[in-house]
Amino acid sequence: MAHAYTPGLRVTDHAVIRRERRLPLKGDVLVAVGQPVEADTVVARTELPGNVQTVNLAAKLSLDPARVPDALTLPVGSAVRRGDLIAAGKSLFGLVHQRATSPADGTLESVSPVTGQLILREPPLPVEVDAYVRGVVAEVLPGEGVVVEASGALMQGIFGVGGETFGTLRLVAASPDEPLATAALTPAHQGCVVVGGSYVSHATLMRARELGVAAVVVGGFDDHDLRHLLGRDLGVAITGAEDLGFTLILTEGFGRIRMAERTWRLLAAHQGQQASVSGATQIRAGVMRPEIVIPRPPGAGREAAAAGAAGVEVGSLLRVIREPHFGRIARVIELPAELQALETEARVRVMAVEFAEDGTRAVVPRANVELIED
Amino acid sequence: MEAPFEDVTRGVLNAVREVEELAGRRILDGERIITPQTGDQGVDLYVSTSSAGGGLQMMVSGLVLQMTGESAQRAALGAGAIVMDVIALNDGRRPHEKIRRLRQLRPDMILLSGGTDGGDVRRVAEMAEIILAADPKARLGAGYRLPVIYAGNQAAAEVVTGTLGDRTALSVVANLRPSLEQENLGPARDAIHELFMEHVMAHAPGYKKLMTWSPVPIMPTPGAVGIIIEAIARRDRMSVVGVDIGGATTDVFSVFQGVFNRTVSANLGMSYSVSNVMAEAGIENILRWVPFAVDEIDLRNRVKNKMIRPTTIPQSLEDLVIEQAIAREALRLAFEQHKALAVGLKGIQSQRTISDIMSQTETGATRVDLLDLGLLVGSGGVLSHAPRRVQAALMMVDGFLPEGLTQLAVDSIFMAPQLGVLSTVHEPAATQVFERDCLVRLGTVLSPLGAGKAGQPCLSVEVLADQTPIQRRIPFGELALIPLPEQGRVRVIARPERGFDLGPGKGKPLEAQVNGGVVGLIVDTRGRRPFVLPTEPAERIRRLRAWNAALGLYAKEV
Repeated sequence: MAHAYTPGLRVTDHAVIRRERRLPLKGDVLVAVGQPVEADTVVARTELPGNVQTVNLAAKLSLDPARVPDALTLPVGSAVRRGDLIAAGKSLFGLVHQRATSPADGTLESVSPVTGQLILREPPLPVEVDAYVRGVVAEVLPGEGVVVEASGALMQGIFGVGGETFGTLRLVAASPDEPLATAALTPAHQGCVVVGGSYVSHATLMRARELGVAAVVVGGFDDHDLRHLLGRDLGVAITGAEDLGFTLILTEGFGRIRMAERTWRLLAAHQGQQASVSGATQIRAGVMRPEIVIPRPPGAGREAAAAGAAGVEVGSLLRVIREPHFGRIARVIELPAELQALETEARVRVMAVEFAEDGTRAVVPRANVELIED
Repeated sequence: MEAPFEDVTRGVLNAVREVEELAGRRILDGERIITPQTGDQGVDLYVSTSSAGGGLQMMVSGLVLQMTGESAQRAALGAGAIVMDVIALNDGRRPHEKIRRLRQLRPDMILLSGGTDGGDVRRVAEMAEIILAADPKARLGAGYRLPVIYAGNQAAAEVVTGTLGDRTALSVVANLRPSLEQENLGPARDAIHELFMEHVMAHAPGYKKLMTWSPVPIMPTPGAVGIIIEAIARRDRMSVVGVDIGGATTDVFSVFQGVFNRTVSANLGMSYSVSNVMAEAGIENILRWVPFAVDEIDLRNRVKNKMIRPTTIPQSLEDLVIEQAIAREALRLAFEQHKALAVGLKGIQSQRTISDIMSQTETGATRVDLLDLGLLVGSGGVLSHAPRRVQAALMMVDGFLPEGLTQLAVDSIFMAPQLGVLSTVHEPAATQVFERDCLVRLGTVLSPLGAGKAGQPCLSVEVLADQTPIQRRIPFGELALIPLPEQGRVRVIARPERGFDLGPGKGKPLEAQVNGGVVGLIVDTRGRRPFVLPTEPAERIRRLRAWNAALGLYAKEV
């Protein structure tokens, strides 16, 4: 039954983190296997083909399309500057001379005798990929990029917005159930990854942006404020490309939710160290969660033996992930095999749990919990 | 298909082993399906559908967005594809924007149409040049050439072959719009199925092996659903609408006037896309179905939490009510998109009479005629697994607003795709299994057209069941439920008051044999054209509660 549960998010102090850093197109790899890299080391570089523009030469020169290829003044493949003469022709019994100039810098890519269109490609755009995490180059993907390997702490969030960034980790809230207060943010947090507790408001985020905070990590956030932040309702959970000026990672979900103790403790233990974070989230086949990576200095410990994917059993620690007990931490006390009717009258598999904070008990559907690593 | 199950035949073999256990019959010989059957071993036929890799994702292009572009879209959707974008010469984008779009989306296949036979060659060539310049790479596997189907002006076939023949896996088929008055989608649809098998699926791990197991082509799942819906419509000579509401997408299938149409609303669904339903419908449209006050901030957070943890289920009754309210809006939006695409041909010069002008009919009017709709079939978790069947019935009624007399059913186990493939081999067997084991008949809904004041006389209904006929008078503005036998058919006579119409005309009675079902006969006098819910919150909640109580929708009042 283990696979029937929402897999718990990874929150561990000992992980080997391998991240593929790949160019969108073939290009040059700038580092070698075994080479140490910083988060901002450029590891590969390429040039994206420029935009394509079409020029209707048949119309510009008043020529039959079949005659357009012969009217070119430069061969296909030539580089041109904006304003350069690219074609000339005579029409109306040779009385009218028509000229066409290039609308942009670029290369003459092709010309069609059927449509009389010229395709002009603008100059290429340089693209660089950085290492994202401090580590070593573990593998070179020739012409494409590298795999960077680091060992250290890895925490996955449940949802994020904004792209990759990095900075010094700073705990700003006093406890995991305290919201991140605007007043707690200071100019000293510029370029830092700031950790709050249960919640952040839109106003506090705006202050963080003003101060140049690199990323904010908190338990929860209101969707109402997310809409405000993005300027639109987020329909489909594919994020990471937002240009917000910072990255936001929610570790628990939407609303005010105490940050999981384990996540909080781990972040606290690494206060002052460099963290790489990515808000990219994709919730569909091939799920992708946001992450916080805190690389350890080389040689400072190795990954503990990977624990097998354990199923839920009596005694397992978990979090309820749907109302009416949303966000509460509990231990399993019973796993009845028979289906049971909920208040909705749906008959489903359930479990009895005891809540950690007050020892009260409840029955919840097995679909509505996620395991927390002890 | 994720590691360690990267080979699709692993899943198929596991499923077949379960069938072996359940049926107590040997079907596998090692890793081979025994066929044909001999004695108590093996099966006559193995058929398969596939939605692996997120289904078949296509881009289509035509010259004019509203004409060949739309025909091409219908062909691709009808074949079971997801249409990622429609590119047309007049779509308002500049050539380099089209090229960038083609590159970004990386479709599995492109359908290029355009022009009527014998028409302008140059503009078709221009579209082909745009595709060439984009040089789009296929999504799966770098080593294979992108399949492109050309189904446009046959006079341009040579030019298109000259442009794209060397760089893509091009097939040329008959024009899908040979003349303005004519649409011929069959050859393009067949070519899509064929290329799906040959190119797209052949690159998915294990498919080559799977293809040898079945003598019938493996079809994209939604394409196969369409085939069974068409078969049912043909057999019962009625208009049919089917809807499959999933976690990420909602598919709508319809057959009206013998013409099949399918649409996919790629971002309307109950889990992955639930947040998009809220974004598209607007929060007030969801809340109009909820019979209690809800805090907007709380509702937004709930919906987003469902999106980020898509496998959870409602535990409280309130949560169920909210989920079903969202489902109503997802169904409504998906059906609106369907009505907009399931249209007659646009751009036809038709001779018009004075009466045509008076009735303002245009070319390109929707084929969807709710008064003509005979059967509405729903499937997908929120409908198939609703704790009470009447909840599924009312979600469909509220989402689609059927008119006149309409039968309701749910496909409880989503066997329709497999039956669709089976129907290509043995149609009577497929439709029989569909009827007996797949469909759960909910009953029938009776909804007169017209508007009135709450409480004003509207409809009297007589149900001639076995022994005791039932007679009910239902005023305007209500929902009523009359039980019907679960099996068989009963005679219903409905007499609308003046000003209300069930199809035969205002004030005219309707007499019909209707199928029974587990819910019964729902009489919906809440009005159609327009259907209006009270805007004042307290009144709206009072009415919703009364309707829910009349149908016994929930175990207790919410």
